Amino acid sequence: MAELKKIATRDSYGNALAELGKEHEDVIVFDADLSGATKTSVFKKAFPDRHFNCGIAEGNMLAVAAGAAAMGLVPFASTFAMFAAGRAFEQVRNSIGYPHLNVKIGATHGGISVGEDGASHQCCEDFATMRSIPGMVVLCPSDDVEAKAAVKAAYEHKGPVYMRFGRLAVPVFHEEGMKFEIGRGELLRDGRDVAIIATGLMSYEALKAAEALAEKGIDARVVNLCTIKPLDEELVVRAAADCGKVITCEEHSVIGGLGEAVCALLGEKCPVPVRRIGVNDEFGHSGPAGKLLEQFGLSAAHIVEVAEDFCR
Amino acid sequence: MTANEKKELGMLACKVRMGVVTATHAAKSGHPGGSLSAAELFTYLYFKEMKVDPANPAWADRDRFVLSKGHTAPGLYAALALRGFFPVGELETLRHIGSRLQGHPNMNETPGVDMSTGSLGQGVSCAAGMALSAKYMKKDLRVYTLLGDGEIEEGQVWEALMFAHHHKLDNLCVIVDNNGLQIDGRIEDVMSPYPIPDKLKAFGLHVVEIDGTDFEQMEAAFAEAKATKGVPTAIVMKTTKGKGVSFMEDKAGWHGKAPNDEEYAQAMSELNAALAEWEAK
Repeated sequence: MAELKKIATRDSYGNALAELGKEHEDVIVFDADLSGATKTSVFKKAFPDRHFNCGIAEGNMLAVAAGAAAMGLVPFASTFAMFAAGRAFEQVRNSIGYPHLNVKIGATHGGISVGEDGASHQCCEDFATMRSIPGMVVLCPSDDVEAKAAVKAAYEHKGPVYMRFGRLAVPVFHEEGMKFEIGRGELLRDGRDVAIIATGLMSYEALKAAEALAEKGIDARVVNLCTIKPLDEELVVRAAADCGKVITCEEHSVIGGLGEAVCALLGEKCPVPVRRIGVNDEFGHSGPAGKLLEQFGLSAAHIVEVAEDFCR
Repeated sequence: MTANEKKELGMLACKVRMGVVTATHAAKSGHPGGSLSAAELFTYLYFKEMKVDPANPAWADRDRFVLSKGHTAPGLYAALALRGFFPVGELETLRHIGSRLQGHPNMNETPGVDMSTGSLGQGVSCAAGMALSAKYMKKDLRVYTLLGDGEIEEGQVWEALMFAHHHKLDNLCVIVDNNGLQIDGRIEDVMSPYPIPDKLKAFGLHVVEIDGTDFEQMEAAFAEAKATKGVPTAIVMKTTKGKGVSFMEDKAGWHGKAPNDEEYAQAMSELNAALAEWEAK
């Protein structure tokens, strides 16, 4: 495959926020002393009077954002995924989810591709906690183009949205101007032997894996699911029905994430064998992001191995 | 404050207390103690202090109230009902299946409730977010929030106060109901948050201490809060948990327990006597 430009989706988030700010005065941004890392600093530079630092107090920040939404504004609150979906889970659940307030949570540094900072900052549980909140939309864009579209869609959606972005620069494989709709997945490649359903940075890995599998005579379908919740049930069930085998891929624990969401759906609507690729109930550790992804099996090479074994 | 105004507020506070006792009795559960300690405060806010319109609960420019100590919803509901947000008779549906009156406040179900609360320490942050937003939106409105003295043991309360001070939210008024009791006993025995005014001052708030049953002191404190610019104001009010019902007064056991039929009858007869006393004034 041709060498693609690489951009971290956290950069896409910052840029998309600044764009939104131009069009909508009701957009305000909260950060918790991480604006340089979450890239809300890009918004702050453009709109200093609409960016509010909450300091290192994430629980307070999420509830403050709930108050802002109750006043009719559209607050985007940002910190690392670990602190938004972990530390502040209960604030998100009770002050945002329960009253179904229009808060957008921009969580960066999701997954183990955080890299050198190690396990304490590598959140692999955010899909699980955020999915469990009634009415919460959970998004995990796969590249720059999709991330910018997701931020725009999140603004237009009425209700709470959790968006997970990454620290690592990843290939931009979508065409600018792609069609994006919350709750709708994307068929990246058709195939009949096995369906690979992926999210986030694993979607491009799945595409690469499908190309390698084609050379081995395995015809893999690739589905990109930016929306973890609500799941595109129709697309997932069709993939399972057409291919008879499903592999899920996510930079998240195999517990509570995309894999389990897909299994739950297929168990009820179209039971087929599923293999889940993700972080296998263990903590991450320090190291360069690329090496970590390889080590944890979050790579095209590992998807190929699993698919070959699955289709044998 | 005229004698007549004081009398009217006193009578209303009695009726708020009757609402609390009636609702928790009908629910066979709920939190009468902290609802009764703040009865004068609920009354003062909704009948004197706040700019609200029961005919238009969603009025964008209204003042906001966040009951951070959400378990004392019966007190808030009684005040809202008496103010005309919904029928007083509805108080008897508290905590029942299908009722708009949830065990803890729900902004989407109950007319007049500005924020869903119940998990302690979060409401004050929501109130700070509202106050900040009002400033950003250039709205001339005030935000009030009521906290329990046990509630301020939550770390988030202090995060919120730090935030409110840093962002100069002088349109925010934080009220602490210092009734001295929490579920497990006296607050100084469980895990003391004292000295409360000193801690609030250290966080940069303007602090006013009052007797939480004295409407004149309340009036002066809220006027002082409005006149204070650049920092939020905290009103620490000394109260008695269970106030107005002799056997509930200053008893931690009445934090979250409903009166039975006999207790209900006695409570109502005491409150009716108190009401008659106000009427005679």
